[in-house]
Amino acid sequence: MLHVESLVKSFDGFMAVNGATLKVEKGDVVAVIGPNGAGKTTLFNLISGQLPPTAGNIWFKDENIAGLASHRVCRKGISRSYQVVNIFHRLTVFENVQVAVLSYQKKTFNLFKPAKLMAVEETRQILDSVGLLGKAEMISGALSHGDQKVLEIGIALGNRPELLILDEPTAGMSPEETAVTLRLMKRLSGELGLTILFCEHDMGMVFSIANQIMVMQHGGTILQGSPEDVRSNQQVREAYLGGADECSV
Amino acid sequence: MFKALFDVKTLVSCSVLLALLLMMPQFLPRFYVYLFAMMFAIALLATSLNLVLGFGGMYQFHHAVFYGFGAYAFALFVTKSGLPLWIGYVIAPFCSAALGLVLGLITVRLNRLYFGMLQISLGSLVWAITYRWYSFTGGDDGIHGIPLPDLVGSSTGAYYFNLIVAATCLLLMYTIVNSPFGRIFQGIRDNPERCQAVGVNVQKQQLTGQVLAAFFAGVAGTLFVTVEGSVFPDLMFWTLSLEILIMCLLGGWFIFLGPALGAAIIISLRTFAGIYTEYWTLMLGIVLMLLIFFLPEGVLGLFLKKADPAAKGEG
Repeated sequence: MLHVESLVKSFDGFMAVNGATLKVEKGDVVAVIGPNGAGKTTLFNLISGQLPPTAGNIWFKDENIAGLASHRVCRKGISRSYQVVNIFHRLTVFENVQVAVLSYQKKTFNLFKPAKLMAVEETRQILDSVGLLGKAEMISGALSHGDQKVLEIGIALGNRPELLILDEPTAGMSPEETAVTLRLMKRLSGELGLTILFCEHDMGMVFSIANQIMVMQHGGTILQGSPEDVRSNQQVREAYLGGADECSV
Repeated sequence: MFKALFDVKTLVSCSVLLALLLMMPQFLPRFYVYLFAMMFAIALLATSLNLVLGFGGMYQFHHAVFYGFGAYAFALFVTKSGLPLWIGYVIAPFCSAALGLVLGLITVRLNRLYFGMLQISLGSLVWAITYRWYSFTGGDDGIHGIPLPDLVGSSTGAYYFNLIVAATCLLLMYTIVNSPFGRIFQGIRDNPERCQAVGVNVQKQQLTGQVLAAFFAGVAGTLFVTVEGSVFPDLMFWTLSLEILIMCLLGGWFIFLGPALGAAIIISLRTFAGIYTEYWTLMLGIVLMLLIFFLPEGVLGLFLKKADPAAKGEG
């Protein structure tokens, strides 16, 4: 479904992403791991069109989407959430998701119909599935950090994506919130059959949900494989997991 | 559809206000009739600015240029074309919208502050041309004694005309703010990057907003001519832009009717303080400082909060 080939992004000579490769098949849950500064977020920014790549190809459903503007990438069926909370903080929770749904339904230039009456069912459905329906009328800026991160995912679902990209979905969450998010991701993948690509520092979470793991270092890909492959790979252990013995995963 | 836009309380208070305004010319001296007619024009102007400022998050620093352009378009059409006068009222707003489109095509590529800076310079260019082109625009003299249709020739006629046109335009803008377009526009205000990431073409949306705001500013320009019967380059000078910006902040720029209230306050202040001192802008400065420290949500924001602490304040 998604195939990233020798992708390169250079910021004034600094190679943030340097020859990364990645393969995501339909229905997969793929985790990207790697130390801080390995280029995970930059890789996601390149795939979702926030940044244009310096070189390389991004194939999505047999179409090269490298360098497309982010709103076009989104319309192809790729949605993403952000590592740092990135919501519409003056709008209510309901309106946050509704913006995405209206955009998906191509109603952004409808000037005279009350928005209150539009996309209500779809929006409520999404809020229900992420567990925020009870807080629909709250101003999103007033939500707790954990709820805001969940709302992030809710907004990303508004576009009915085929591929959902989550950038550290549990960053800054309490253990309980992390567990809730993990359940949510499992449900999205299981019930809705969504393909999920995410990056995460919590190894327990990565190994409990991902069926493919890609390991990044210095902007490049060390390897991509099943959790077992990654766990047993010597190179990964030395580079990232920090030696054979103290590694508990 | 009406039910979705207004709750009962808003509908009742707006109807009462409108009824009061409709009766006022029966009681008021002529000067006040003139003053209110002017307020309607400026209230419409401030609200049109707020369409892009408060609801779109665009730093529209030179909004007056669309207002002045509409006023000039009307004045020039009426004095030079020889066609029926009413057509001028229709054409002028579209001229402003066209200017909005041209300036917008250049400026929406830029981010927030740079957008505003470029708009000031391009707007000042339009002002300079108007100011210098004596043979066509009358230069710094402007155009005076503009003929008006008989119906709006009297001060009471102008009052009713301005009230009805301004109220209709406000209703239209309120509908737009609450439409999907308006919802997405507010999303762009809060977070343009995220909006782009959910598939919105942000620049196209902003350009549309700019054209709409310019259109309504053009309508306000024709209302000004209806009251005053003349146009002059000051109508598109940047200090006026600043003044309407202050109106928005003063009234409350996240509330639909805030800027209209701000306009009423500033015009009253200018009129009545202007009798006692020519340094009334000094008072304006003090008002602005107090505003920033004590009323970040504006005057109407304060009232709405007092009236209903849980309200979101979309009045």
